Amino acid sequence: MGNVVSVLLQPRAVNVDLQTDATLQVDISDALSERDKVKFTVHTKSTLPNFKQNEFSVVRQHEEFIWLHDSFVENEDYAGYIIPPAPPRPDFDASREKLQKLGEGEGSMTKEEFTKMKQELEAEYLAIFKKTVAMHEVFLCRVAAHPVLRKDLNFHVFLEYNQDLSVRGKNKKEKLEDFFKNVVKSADGVLVAGVKDVDDFFEHEKTFLLEYHNRVKDASAKSDRMIRSHKNAADDINRIASSLYTCCVSNRRTLQLLSVVVLQKIEARVAADEDLKLADLLKYYLRESQAAKDLLYRRSRALVDYENANKALDKARAKNRDVLQAETSQQLCCHKFEKISESAKQELIDFKTRRVAAFRKNLVELAELELKHAKGNLQLLQSCLGILKGNT
Amino acid sequence: MIVGQILPHTLPLLHFYFHLNIKNLSSPNNTRKEMCDVTEIEELKINVHVFNVCVCVCVCVCVCFQSEPASLPAEDISTNSNGPKQDSLFDDDPEDLFAEATEEVSLDSPERDVLLSDGPSPAITPITPPTSVITPCIGHAHDDMFTHSSFDEIEEEEGGDSFDMHISVSDPEKVGEFWFTLSLSFLSVSLSQTSMSLFKRNEFSVKRRFSDFLGLHSKLASKYLHIGYIVPPAPEKSIVGMTKVKVGKEDQSSNEFVEKRRSALERYLMRTVKHPVLLKDPDVLQFLESSDLPRAVSTQALSSAGLLRMVNKAADAVNKMTIKMNESDAWFEEKQQHFENLDVQLRKLHASVESLVCHRKELSVNTAQFAKSAAMLGNSEDHTALSRALSQLAEVEEKIDQLHQDQANADFYLFSELLGDYVRLITAVKGVFDHRMKTWQKWQDSQMLLQKKREAEAKLQFTNKPDKLQQAKDEIKELEGKVQQGERDFEQISKTIRKEVSRFEKERVKDFKTIIIKYLESLVQTQQQLIKYWEAFLPEAKAIS
Repeated sequence: MGNVVSVLLQPRAVNVDLQTDATLQVDISDALSERDKVKFTVHTKSTLPNFKQNEFSVVRQHEEFIWLHDSFVENEDYAGYIIPPAPPRPDFDASREKLQKLGEGEGSMTKEEFTKMKQELEAEYLAIFKKTVAMHEVFLCRVAAHPVLRKDLNFHVFLEYNQDLSVRGKNKKEKLEDFFKNVVKSADGVLVAGVKDVDDFFEHEKTFLLEYHNRVKDASAKSDRMIRSHKNAADDINRIASSLYTCCVSNRRTLQLLSVVVLQKIEARVAADEDLKLADLLKYYLRESQAAKDLLYRRSRALVDYENANKALDKARAKNRDVLQAETSQQLCCHKFEKISESAKQELIDFKTRRVAAFRKNLVELAELELKHAKGNLQLLQSCLGILKGNT
Repeated sequence: MIVGQILPHTLPLLHFYFHLNIKNLSSPNNTRKEMCDVTEIEELKINVHVFNVCVCVCVCVCVCFQSEPASLPAEDISTNSNGPKQDSLFDDDPEDLFAEATEEVSLDSPERDVLLSDGPSPAITPITPPTSVITPCIGHAHDDMFTHSSFDEIEEEEGGDSFDMHISVSDPEKVGEFWFTLSLSFLSVSLSQTSMSLFKRNEFSVKRRFSDFLGLHSKLASKYLHIGYIVPPAPEKSIVGMTKVKVGKEDQSSNEFVEKRRSALERYLMRTVKHPVLLKDPDVLQFLESSDLPRAVSTQALSSAGLLRMVNKAADAVNKMTIKMNESDAWFEEKQQHFENLDVQLRKLHASVESLVCHRKELSVNTAQFAKSAAMLGNSEDHTALSRALSQLAEVEEKIDQLHQDQANADFYLFSELLGDYVRLITAVKGVFDHRMKTWQKWQDSQMLLQKKREAEAKLQFTNKPDKLQQAKDEIKELEGKVQQGERDFEQISKTIRKEVSRFEKERVKDFKTIIIKYLESLVQTQQQLIKYWEAFLPEAKAIS
């Protein structure tokens, strides 16, 4: 089977409810999956004067998305905003392995079984592919929708520069540095979290987010497991379907054939849709709530710095030494802290609105899909039963 | 092992008394007496034979009689007369039609939405016109059926006094303590018609132990298998499962085991009595009716009889490989091939269904866990409407988990057990074919012996030994008789097998069809429940503002 999969995507199926702004519209119009990387075609439509053209496209890879995300995180000016979470790495390993196993086992199964299984695996591959494209697209859209981030220079370069950005993945040393940075950060986070906040709003948000994040993580893990077992059951049904098919053809029990095909379609469909709606939603909000937590952490850090600067200033004033230096640093900290607090409040309120809207949309869609499938299945089953019974 | 040491000492010990509980309203005194007798059971010493620990199950036999609708034999005969024409019809159309159907229905996901709306119609409408043609075909899956000369004969024999007998096995009751418990329950038989000559009463019940069932099977097997009747195999012994039940573990797996065994015994009995010849067998009648049943000794798993059986089985397997039968009848060859294929397919299917049952149970567990998690998430959510919606979602998922559990049970009891039964039945069928080969071998052997004796006699003619000559002549006469008998036996067994196989195939198709219908009905119920749940949830989700 070919290692290159190209997908022509329809207008985006966003996971998150976003307002589309005519001044800057970003989407991923095409994607190409090669052996070990995926190439996304990022298409921009903009009326902003910053860009040379009104409409243009560039090809980007996953690493470049990560580079963009990291540049936001590292930028001090954006400390007061929730940075949209980075899209997860495209992971086709599991699917590729299955396809490979299928190829190896080709000799051991009949032609129909083989084609059927191949079709199923290809559909799975396609589903994963579509999902990863959607994740990358959502990231870009979030950035484009954010009033401050959309103006970022790196972002414009990302959208417009039509040559390779030469962003290399982090080498071992840098990865190790990152690891240590994370360890320090989480330790610090614990320290900083202990500091009681004057502002009620932030105090409440802190406790809420902590609990919410943990629960979303749990729910996400459990929903993954549920969907995995559903998929296993669906795979079994496929196998039963194919063996009953061979059974039927040789014995001409054509009625069994009907029912079997019915069974197969029922299970596979339900599993796929649940996956899309529920699990993706939960996973996305897992990452978002992490980003919100990071924001709060940064704010708390700034608060601690501010308080430390205050103390330092008092000490300096008492000793009457380096007062100016202490004053400037205190002012800086104060300024930083207030800036963060101001934007953070708005960000967190937006986060809540976004979250509620996304959950609503997805839950409604999930319920509607389940209903549609159940009704369709019911109809299929009843007509099948009608035929079977009518034949007595 | 201590248990092993007890074994020889306890062999001479007692056996169990069974009591008949008659649903006899006219004699209350009698029933009271019977009830008193029941308590005696618990005081009786119980057979401690370790390897005979079995579950006693109650077999309820309800027999209702109705004559088979006269239409069936008539239908079959008519198809026979149209034989060749019908063949071609069945040959081409159903296969093509369904090939088409599968193409349509197995479309890829992007088109599935379209499929859902048009779904049932394109896949199904082409099929409806020929159903009337397909109907008579159901019982006769193969062309040979139509062309076989003895077809009419088969139908005539079966078209007589057929009946529906209903047997139900109730849950076992335990009697006795610890290692010595035996489960015992009441078996009630009810006959709705009085004209049944085989039974003394319409409804009755008896108590039976598991080993009694195995005993019945071994008796029937020894009487009928070698002359070509397909004797339904009894459920297998499971020492592990039984031990758990003995020890008194009241957990789910032992309950499942008990239920599994109970339904297996029920199905076994139903199959046995559906067989017209087996039903009339005195052993079967005694099993169903009599209050007192001699204990079946030879069914113990690790007894001498059991070992002997195993040795015989091995010897048979070796013999089978060495017998080179001159198959004069292509029918048998084809049938054997057919059963080989069926065996392979059914085993594969059985494995898949078992795996499905396992995964569905897993799914049920995971759904329950997810439901709890979603409830927690709903609790921590501070937006009230969303919080409520999430709690509702949790409730829906919990109900769905129960649905999955029920579905898994249906998968198992309907599908998986049926397949398991048929895998074993096919082994019995293959055994019957093997017996035919053995009969043929015996016949050939006696023929060869006759030949040798004749040659020996010819040689003796030239020597002057009149008594030896006479002896040889006598032997030859005896052998000639044997050869004739062998030939007759072979003919008989071939005829019986043909009959049996056709009956088996008919039963099989009927069985599968009934089960598939039941299974689909359970699926329908599941879908209907799902619709109910999600419809209740949808307004909640929409209410989030």
